[in-house]
Amino acid sequence: MATYTLISSNVLSSSAASVTFSSITATFTDLVLRCSTRTDAAATQSAIKIFFNNSSPDTSATFMEGDGASVTSGFPSAPVLVFRASAATGTSNTFGNAEIYIPSYTNTTAVKPFSSFGVQENNTTTAYIDVVAGLNNTTSAISRIDIDGNGNNFVTGSSFYLYGISNA
Amino acid sequence: MATTYEKIASTTITSSTASITFSSITGTYTDLRLVIVNTSVTGNNIAYIQLNSDTGTNYSSTYIYGDGSSAQSSREVSQTYNTLASSGSNVSFPQLWTIDLLSYAGSTFKTSLATMANDRNGSGATEYSVYLWRNTAAITSILIGTIVNNFGTGTSATLYGILKA
Repeated sequence: MATYTLISSNVLSSSAASVTFSSITATFTDLVLRCSTRTDAAATQSAIKIFFNNSSPDTSATFMEGDGASVTSGFPSAPVLVFRASAATGTSNTFGNAEIYIPSYTNTTAVKPFSSFGVQENNTTTAYIDVVAGLNNTTSAISRIDIDGNGNNFVTGSSFYLYGISNA
Repeated sequence: MATTYEKIASTTITSSTASITFSSITGTYTDLRLVIVNTSVTGNNIAYIQLNSDTGTNYSSTYIYGDGSSAQSSREVSQTYNTLASSGSNVSFPQLWTIDLLSYAGSTFKTSLATMANDRNGSGATEYSVYLWRNTAAITSILIGTIVNNFGTGTSATLYGILKA
């Protein structure tokens, strides 16, 4: 039985401030979200945020980030930074890439941890790698995921793939 | 199309237990992925992974760890297991581990990549590690044991096989 199944995808044909996966089926055990993103922010990169069930205050995170020179760790405020996209003044044709793993997303008896690993390499002196521990601090099953450009727009060609993993 | 990612075995703990074992792992796949959602009964829970019941000093690792205040990197060498990062899991805030065991059936030493995620809404930690098991045998069993505190009820562990062909 196939256990790693594409639920939905969105490859942008025009810019968008955010991308939403809604009405996520409860068929699977875990979710995997893979993103390749670039934004129109007037910077070399921009933070990308995530929240669940259309409720940003319910998500928290602990991040660790390297920029090619040093490593920092902190707690971003909600909606939480999960990775960085390449942006308008960054190296052309580069995108930030990330994988977010969300286990037991239908669990209604416990809060739900998730992890994210993101990279934003661009052949310049500063680029980012982010390792994030996240928490959806509710016992509601996750049926919606929003990936938010944090005030910037995702540009054409940014892609978002949501997979379901079943352990049945 | 051949199935490329499938469950080999899965368990959810129904009472406090000290270890979880996956045994009789066949060499069918290219890589393995182990996903553990850990709930510890009493709080801080330190765990480890040991392969093929090998208790020799054949394990080493390099990791980078952040706790929201600072980040650090360190190494462990000549250990009798690989320590799974811990930051104080408890029932209220489950901890996620993912461990990718690469080319597990090959005849070279075995490298694994591991992540730990345990945010606790204002505190927490995250870690990324590389493990080495200096043994050329195919991996046929995986023990996830505890050093401090048992795995609590509800802890789940699933082993997946990933096939390249």
